[in-house]
Amino acid sequence: MRVARAIVARDLTLAVRAGGGTFQAVLFLSLAVIIYALAVGPDVGTLSLVAAPVLWASALLATIVSLDRVFQADFEDGSLDVLVETSDTLSLSVLAKAVSHWLSTGLPLVIAAPILGILLGLEPEGYLPVAASLAVGTPGLSLIGALAAAITVSLRRASILVTLLTAPLYAPVIIFGVGAAKAGAAGEALYAPSMLILAAISLFAAIVAPLAGAAAIRLNLD
Amino acid sequence: MAAAIYEFANPQRFETVAQRVIPFAAASAVILLGFGLYFALIASPADYQQGDSVRIMYVHVPAAWMAMMCYSIMAMSSITGFIWKHPIADVAAKSTAPIGAVFTFLALVTGSLWGKPTWGAWWAWDPRLTSVLILFFLYLGYIAIWEAIDDKSRAARIAAIVCVVGFINVPIIKFSVDWWKRGLHQPASVLRADGPSIHSTMLTPLFLMALAYMAIYACLVLISMRNEFAERRLARLERGREEPVSTVRAA
Repeated sequence: MRVARAIVARDLTLAVRAGGGTFQAVLFLSLAVIIYALAVGPDVGTLSLVAAPVLWASALLATIVSLDRVFQADFEDGSLDVLVETSDTLSLSVLAKAVSHWLSTGLPLVIAAPILGILLGLEPEGYLPVAASLAVGTPGLSLIGALAAAITVSLRRASILVTLLTAPLYAPVIIFGVGAAKAGAAGEALYAPSMLILAAISLFAAIVAPLAGAAAIRLNLD
Repeated sequence: MAAAIYEFANPQRFETVAQRVIPFAAASAVILLGFGLYFALIASPADYQQGDSVRIMYVHVPAAWMAMMCYSIMAMSSITGFIWKHPIADVAAKSTAPIGAVFTFLALVTGSLWGKPTWGAWWAWDPRLTSVLILFFLYLGYIAIWEAIDDKSRAARIAAIVCVVGFINVPIIKFSVDWWKRGLHQPASVLRADGPSIHSTMLTPLFLMALAYMAIYACLVLISMRNEFAERRLARLERGREEPVSTVRAA
């Protein structure tokens, strides 16, 4: 537990000080939203229809492009070896890496998404559901992403592999995430169950991803 | 149980079994495919609504079944390989992947060809289509992992993790896309509690084709596994030939 806390503290310090991920993720989200808006066209009516899906898709893509930060630097400078040798519960360390990835990437996306929603003409009653569904769903994205990053940590062409591995696994997250955001904005009864399923996916990933990720890291460092 | 598993872990023994089974599997594939296609294309009735386009079913539905079956075989082999470090299970998983991917692709393409005359569109974001498309990308991810790692035993174990994680997700993906949209696909019509809702004249070619696909799979996967073992043996021999030369020089 002490190791896990130290990892989170270290990674957050790195993310804040070393010009790191927080800013990049929000920048990517903003650019993706702008590109979608340019592609869809300036009609606010159309844009507000696709606002929640666009925000979710952009947040998902922003997560994918940030995944190389989870283990890559630690692998290159050797601190991942130290982590494997020293911590008796590597899976807890993997969980800690996923948590710090979420805190430095997912959380900023959750905060930025409703603000960018204004640009997309998102209805005011949609702000909270979009933020809430992202808050519940992005931990799942970070956890599944950390697993993919662990699987590919020592491989060539890791970035395209990470995309190929994560995209199918992200399908349920984005389906229920957008479902929850839309149902919440429309005040439908489906809001609560979609949020619960989204939470279930994130919790399930919190069990599977650290265990499988730890096994993958051990294999990659052999 | 464990003893039986180790008995078949010997590539030499696999080789003798495979040599005997491959001709048998190939012959059954040809015969079953012959009879299956005869019943499917000629001896079965056209559908009263769909006309002759219903015959696409006989190539489409078994391909979709095989797509699922191959992934299940991969997952079981991966688990066996991961737990018992079983070399044949690893190779079985690896060799099944491209065949399963082709069956998945075949299911998608024939489904698209069938969708145009019956649903009026080449593609629809129907839950089953969507989940099969996602399954196709799970196959590609698994194959890509094998391609990206040179060391075979490490590749086998990492690919096994990928396969099993994907397998756990198959029902979740299925559930989510079902929730996502109520589909155009009909509900299950063969495996039902009250018996199949398809007439037996259509069921016979369907099952013949399914058996033919299974025989094709068995034949191809065994050939591919033999190739894989031969390739590994060749690599070992080449390494072995280089090493003695250097020791001779050193002496």
